[in-house]
Amino acid sequence: MTVWTANQDQLALFDDIADQYITEHPEVKSITFEPLPFEDYTTTLTTQVAGGKAPDLAWILENAALDFVDSGALAPIQDALEKTDGYEFDDLSESATALWQKDGELIAYPFSTSPFVMFANDDLLRAAGQPTAAELQAAGKWNWEGISEVGAAVNAATGKAGFVVRDFDYTSWDNLASVWMGWGAEPWGDDGASCEFDSPEMVDAFTFLHEAAFDKKSMPGPGTTADFFAGESAFTVTQISRASVLPDSGFAWDLLPLPEGPEGEYSMVGQAGIGVMASGKNAPVAADFLAFFSSPENSKKLAQWFPPARTSQLSTETLAAANPVLSAGQIENVVIPGIETGVVRPGHTDSAKVGQTVRAALDAIWTPEADIEESLIGVCDAVEPLLGK
Amino acid sequence: MTTLIKSPAGRASARPGGRRPLTHLQRDALAGYLFVAPQVLGIAAFVLVPLALVIYFSFHEWNVLANTFTFVGVANFERFLGDPQVAPVMRTTGIFSVALVFFNISLALLLAVMLNRSLAGITFFRTLFFSPVVVSLVAWTIVWGFLFQDNGGVNGALELVGVDGPNWLREGPTAMAAVVIVQVFKNVGLNMVLFLAALQGVPQELQEAARMDGAGPRTIFTRIVIPLISPTILLTFIITIVGSLQVFAQIAVLTQGGPGISTTVLVYYLFQQAFLFGEFGYGSVLSLVLFLIVLVLTVVQWQLRKKWVFYEN
Repeated sequence: MTVWTANQDQLALFDDIADQYITEHPEVKSITFEPLPFEDYTTTLTTQVAGGKAPDLAWILENAALDFVDSGALAPIQDALEKTDGYEFDDLSESATALWQKDGELIAYPFSTSPFVMFANDDLLRAAGQPTAAELQAAGKWNWEGISEVGAAVNAATGKAGFVVRDFDYTSWDNLASVWMGWGAEPWGDDGASCEFDSPEMVDAFTFLHEAAFDKKSMPGPGTTADFFAGESAFTVTQISRASVLPDSGFAWDLLPLPEGPEGEYSMVGQAGIGVMASGKNAPVAADFLAFFSSPENSKKLAQWFPPARTSQLSTETLAAANPVLSAGQIENVVIPGIETGVVRPGHTDSAKVGQTVRAALDAIWTPEADIEESLIGVCDAVEPLLGK
Repeated sequence: MTTLIKSPAGRASARPGGRRPLTHLQRDALAGYLFVAPQVLGIAAFVLVPLALVIYFSFHEWNVLANTFTFVGVANFERFLGDPQVAPVMRTTGIFSVALVFFNISLALLLAVMLNRSLAGITFFRTLFFSPVVVSLVAWTIVWGFLFQDNGGVNGALELVGVDGPNWLREGPTAMAAVVIVQVFKNVGLNMVLFLAALQGVPQELQEAARMDGAGPRTIFTRIVIPLISPTILLTFIITIVGSLQVFAQIAVLTQGGPGISTTVLVYYLFQQAFLFGEFGYGSVLSLVLFLIVLVLTVVQWQLRKKWVFYEN
């Protein structure tokens, strides 16, 4: 099975589960987990398939979900899961499985449904003479304008960054969905065929981001990096799974939901699925192992890193037991509502080409004198021919 | 002079029930074939077979995920001719190659001339300039990526002398300049060593004779040294041009072809089409175009050598 994580603790748990399966199924000689670098994950996986070396199971990132589900690259797994004793298939939440279905049938297992949240460095906020995250929220300023205002003050006082949209880095633009959803913006219409980058909501959202980067300096500009977990920024938007590195960060931190936008509260989730590769050599056995890997017992064990798709396990008790880093209040107020109401990060078929085309066109925005509206019209001009296909 | 000695075994001496022994000539031929076999097999396996496959793939549309492989005739070639991205990509490739060849060879020659003398500690400087050649390309590029950040080391150094540096990797012209600088410093040491070896092969007596005839340093350099090292100049031209057309890691690490498509050279465009977008058929067409460009440029340079390369014999 190919995975994107190289975290030794996570791999050790995967190996433990695989060893249990082999003990119960002596006909299976070995199960190995092959970590692939996250940045090139889908490219490497596709190249393996092209070279006739497809893995039996593969972790699928959500931005490539439609490509894998629609193309027939994955073998259906619903039968195998439903037939497994004690699997409790109906426990899988509808919102978690929506992305991974084709013609009403589950094609891949929604392995991780991880909400995007806002982490805050309270020590840095205090050092800059600014309110902590909880104080901001209590004062009714937990919104993007408030975050930008405080972020600008932190930058002016300490030279450190205000807020960072993690992994965006002025290339991975789909991470900005965690901001523009607050303006009610969408990159394309529901049918995926019409470009919405030039909508008034999107123009407003990008105007906010542009001002934050170039005028207020509340967000690091292009070509400047700041790592929240190294204490270099006051706030960061990222997925809850990053919380595991916080104990080593050496500063007081807090976890809050995404700030409100002009359209009010919202939440977004990132998803990863695990699918059985149709071109793999052991598809039936792989589906059986996936049923074992995602059983209620193993799902509970994996919940410490990968928020489960099982409704019964979306409880403070289960998640608190799995996540010693987070408080019960943070799980109850941030994690569970985030999972329950979160909209999946936008995706599209032909994701790599669409992503690259938008990235190249969006570069026009990231200069100090950019005309936001014209640039976003340019994005639509570039990407619309691809959306209609 | 070669003398062929006919071996007694070379005569027809059929031995009933036994194999006819090899003649000297046959043994020599066999030894020759065995010596060249590894190279021939290597070229066949790693050059000819892939080349044939690329030609084959270029006539097909291959959807890896859907596992379909369809013959599409010359559709991929027609797409190349109508692709609006091709012209800017070719222009970017040309600009990068010309800039790289000019700066790399000029700097390498300058360094070689400066280091071609017997001074205390000269070996240290030769090693210093050569050392980037043996450094991992990706590690080298990542370090330069940090240096070229807006708040990185390059702009920090410029600030010390009162210059407000550009946002190197985020503006089209400076992004291209940054990629060229990274590549020039990475490989200039190799060409420098080649030039250094060539300069040390220039006979001192020729330069001495020219000096006695009243030639100045510039005349000696342009009329004596340059012609005598011209075979090395040809070699460095060929390997630098071929190398410039194959630049990939620096683009992938530093700019991913951006901003916009301002640093998308042909190899990176090929990579995008084939491996990012899964368009293996179209990617194969781009591979063939790249192969033809390298081939034509190399042949042209090889033919032009007769006009400017000086061979003592």
